[in-house]
Amino acid sequence: MTPARTLATTGRVLGQIRHDPRTVGLLLVVPSLLVGLVAWIFTDTDVFADIGPAMIALFPFIVMFLVTSIATLRERRSGTLERLFSMPLGKGDFILGYALAFGLLAVFQTAIVVSFAVWVCGLEIEGSIWLLFGVAVADALLGTALGLLASAFARTEFQVVQFMPLIVFPQILLGGIFIPRDQLPAGLEEISDWLPLSYAIDALQAVAADSESAEWIMLRILAIGAWIVGSIVVGSITLRRRTP
Amino acid sequence: MMNSSDDPGPTHHGGAHAVGGSGAAIIAEDLHVVRGGAPVLDGLSLAVPSGMIVGLLGPSGSGKTTLMRSIVGVQVVKSGRIEVLGLPAGSRDLRRRVGYVTQQASVYDDLTVRQNISYFRSVLGAPASDIDRVIERTDLGSVAGRLVGSLSGGQRGRVSLAAALLGAPEVLVLDEPTVGLDPVLRVELWGMFRRLADEGTTLLVSSHVMDEAKRCDRLLLMRDGALLADDTVQGVLEVTGADDVETAFLRLIDRGQPDLRSPDDVAHGGPGRHAAEASSSQTAAEEEKR
Repeated sequence: MTPARTLATTGRVLGQIRHDPRTVGLLLVVPSLLVGLVAWIFTDTDVFADIGPAMIALFPFIVMFLVTSIATLRERRSGTLERLFSMPLGKGDFILGYALAFGLLAVFQTAIVVSFAVWVCGLEIEGSIWLLFGVAVADALLGTALGLLASAFARTEFQVVQFMPLIVFPQILLGGIFIPRDQLPAGLEEISDWLPLSYAIDALQAVAADSESAEWIMLRILAIGAWIVGSIVVGSITLRRRTP
Repeated sequence: MMNSSDDPGPTHHGGAHAVGGSGAAIIAEDLHVVRGGAPVLDGLSLAVPSGMIVGLLGPSGSGKTTLMRSIVGVQVVKSGRIEVLGLPAGSRDLRRRVGYVTQQASVYDDLTVRQNISYFRSVLGAPASDIDRVIERTDLGSVAGRLVGSLSGGQRGRVSLAAALLGAPEVLVLDEPTVGLDPVLRVELWGMFRRLADEGTTLLVSSHVMDEAKRCDRLLLMRDGALLADDTVQGVLEVTGADDVETAFLRLIDRGQPDLRSPDDVAHGGPGRHAAEASSSQTAAEEEKR
């Protein structure tokens, strides 16, 4: 693994995306559209003030998970992964190269969705907007990292699509959007304590309400960061140079 | 048209070919590969002499691609030994000394020709001047700025080949590189393979077109995961008394005994089995002629 090869891979992935303006457009705009839709649905109620922060966590997370998990599968199907693995490219170069490319997109996407939620949809943020942005970026990167992990296991398109209900949906259900996490039955609450999306939703809600200290929120960001690093490491270890 | 006559060629070839001409570039011994629960290669042994064009011929499904994948080290091998340039196949060192072209063009459709080549160059760590060299060599200069997805099948195949020429590998493993090409391009491509071999590169080229056999220095005829022949074109024709490789192939199947006459120099670098079998199959062939 070398920085030169990792960055070359990042540059190559970004080059590919640049030739596909529609994907760039969808990637940057769709999460904001969905947040706007939720805000519109709850126009005459106070609900958006409560769930708005969670929506910022949810939509970029899902979109980045899907896009990333399919991207590496494409490499496998097109034969380019096989070619790269017959060349001196490290498995870490490959996974980290993708993570950096999609991570960069996630930063732009998050900037747009946070701005849209706060300044267009009128989401009230009592705490620091920078902390909000920091948590949201970590959360989108988490979607990228988990997507890379999932695609390392998927052999077909059908499999990769099913990793979404398997990996993403339980985190949404247990993340405290439907019912506050401390009201979950015993057992489920403990599970949700370990799920990375829970940290993101907790932290975003805390920033919105300014109910916790900056240290408390930084600790959540660190926990998400640990999940990101762990997923990338496991993803590159499980990737196989030789296939059956 | 391939522009390679004026190509100065790779500069490090001379030194890198320590085994050039005297040994085997690729050696497989009792190779077993299972895919999808079924044996694809079943105890295959062979030796590819260096600096030659060796044709790997056989019908679709005979195991050619699996053998090539094993040689470049991306195939899970059940048992057996496989060495390239004296190192176990897939070794880290080999990844820059062996070029591999898969059957379908394995390049990025959503990048230009130059962007593709430039990325693979970075991965390989080859000198920047290599980009222009391989683009010129594969005659892609006029389309270098176009997206690969907008090119014809033959042009995409050449982009894939150009990427494999980066860093001037000592061994080139090419899986059906001429499939779907018009005859003119096919002749040009074989001309380029010959020039590469003259420069000292070892080429293993698979094809299911028996016609292409006559352009090779040696042939490996494959069927059902086993070798029917490992011999020169002339040798295969002599042993079978056939006029063309297609007929020779059929006669070898009928005969039920392979023609494995590896050259002596290959036998020295390779397993002793080759020398022994070479003489036994030679006598068998002579007996049959009488």
